[in-house]
Amino acid sequence: MILDGLAGIGRQGLNFFATMGRAGIMLFNALWALPNIKKSWPLLLRQLYVVGVQSFAIIVVSGLFIGMVLGLQGYTILVGYGAENSLGPMVALSLLRELGPVVTALLFAGRAGSALTAEIGLMKATEQLSSMELMAVDPLRRVIAPRFWAGFLSMPLLAFLFSAIGIWGGYLVGVEWLGVDQGNFWGVMQAAVDLNRDILNGFIKSLVFAVVVTWIAIFRGYDCVPTSEGISQATTQTVVHASLAVLGLDFVLTALMFGE
Amino acid sequence: MSDNAYVEVKNMTFSRGERVIYEDISLSIPKGKVVAVMGPSGIGKTTLLRLIAGQLKPEKGQIIVDGENIPALSRNGLYEARKKMSMLFQSGALFSEMSVFDNVAFPIREHCKLPEDIVRSMVLMKLNSVGLRGAANLMPSELSGGMARRAALARSIALDPDLIMYDEPFAGQDPISMGVLIRLIRSLNDALGLTSIVVSHDVNEALSIADYVYIMANKKIVGHGTPAQLAKDDSPLVHQFMAGEADGPVPFHFPSQPIEEELAEVLK
Repeated sequence: MILDGLAGIGRQGLNFFATMGRAGIMLFNALWALPNIKKSWPLLLRQLYVVGVQSFAIIVVSGLFIGMVLGLQGYTILVGYGAENSLGPMVALSLLRELGPVVTALLFAGRAGSALTAEIGLMKATEQLSSMELMAVDPLRRVIAPRFWAGFLSMPLLAFLFSAIGIWGGYLVGVEWLGVDQGNFWGVMQAAVDLNRDILNGFIKSLVFAVVVTWIAIFRGYDCVPTSEGISQATTQTVVHASLAVLGLDFVLTALMFGE
Repeated sequence: MSDNAYVEVKNMTFSRGERVIYEDISLSIPKGKVVAVMGPSGIGKTTLLRLIAGQLKPEKGQIIVDGENIPALSRNGLYEARKKMSMLFQSGALFSEMSVFDNVAFPIREHCKLPEDIVRSMVLMKLNSVGLRGAANLMPSELSGGMARRAALARSIALDPDLIMYDEPFAGQDPISMGVLIRLIRSLNDALGLTSIVVSHDVNEALSIADYVYIMANKKIVGHGTPAQLAKDDSPLVHQFMAGEADGPVPFHFPSQPIEEELAEVLK
């Protein structure tokens, strides 16, 4: 009984490392080549549109609402201490340090990540990847690489957009609706937000999340069992694993950046 | 025959996990001929094509295509070798986000730096040869099964390969598309000087176009020869397959204990 349990743990451990190895090899083979600009550029542009531009709406709407909620909640708490003038930095710091990168990554995993997994998985199931290989075109460079770079480039931009819209949402609620002084809102925010400590660290976070989420999404699609059940499983795994990885890494990064 | 062989498989063994698919098989595909590989479903005929194309690696033995041992090639060498071969998948495997025209143009655009009007005329000629010039602007989802396979055929001859492998080209085709495909496979082979490997379990269709036939069963090659020779072959396995008998050396039942024993256990 105990031995079975131990063997099970060992098997899972081996599986985990084998999967990590395959994922690493896939990414290495996809990216380790001089890109042919003329051929890669249109592919990248198309993926930037699909992965980045099409995620625009969900990011803007979520950013706005989260900013508004932050404004409202922050005000009701701060006003009890007579500190409603600190609403500006509270909204800005929460968004720039945490909510911008993290929520963007979570939304990105659900919107673009799942779509990437399903698309690549379906290409595998319908033998499109195989036939590409047989036409002597490497699907890792042709299909995987542009999707990876598109995710890597668009997520930090989306995170900035999210924070900017969120701050505006906080302003709408705090200043326009609840009557916090406009000068205080912006002035105190400007004094409290630091370029390196807050904005740059937030940017680094979203770069890390971009790599992790996009990598998980394309690998899950590329490595899926090529059946309808396999694809649905891979899509779910993408969202679950990417979300967990983002939240876990966020703690590690926060501890490293703001820990002392 | 091995003097002018284009593909030669020598003492090859391949297994998936515990299950042995091929045990020490050898076969040879002569240049310029249509060779059919037949056998019951599920014995790994498609696997043979993937081995020849280098997508799978055998455990033992050599697979020589045009003088090169495929399993021993590097990744780059393999991609070079694949430019000389092409494969028609059972599903067609057209790229769903591109039109028929762009599908056929895909290998040309990837491998040759040609001006767009030359690409255009090449693609139109290939599509014309499979009778789909008029369908150039349709998307793959708008094609019938037979048309999709013909479009895929046009794509696989786009770069004038030396070797073309057909994976179950007749499966699920109506009689008219079947006739069209049979005629196309034969005429393309002769007109372009190709070497063709047709994997199929449709006995009559495969025999009607093949110059030479291999029959596989039970991990081995159980018979080979020209269609006329095979018709006279009296080995029980070959006979069972050619005549389509349900039971024989290839058993009807999946390996199991005798039914009396199992039922007795159930009733106990």
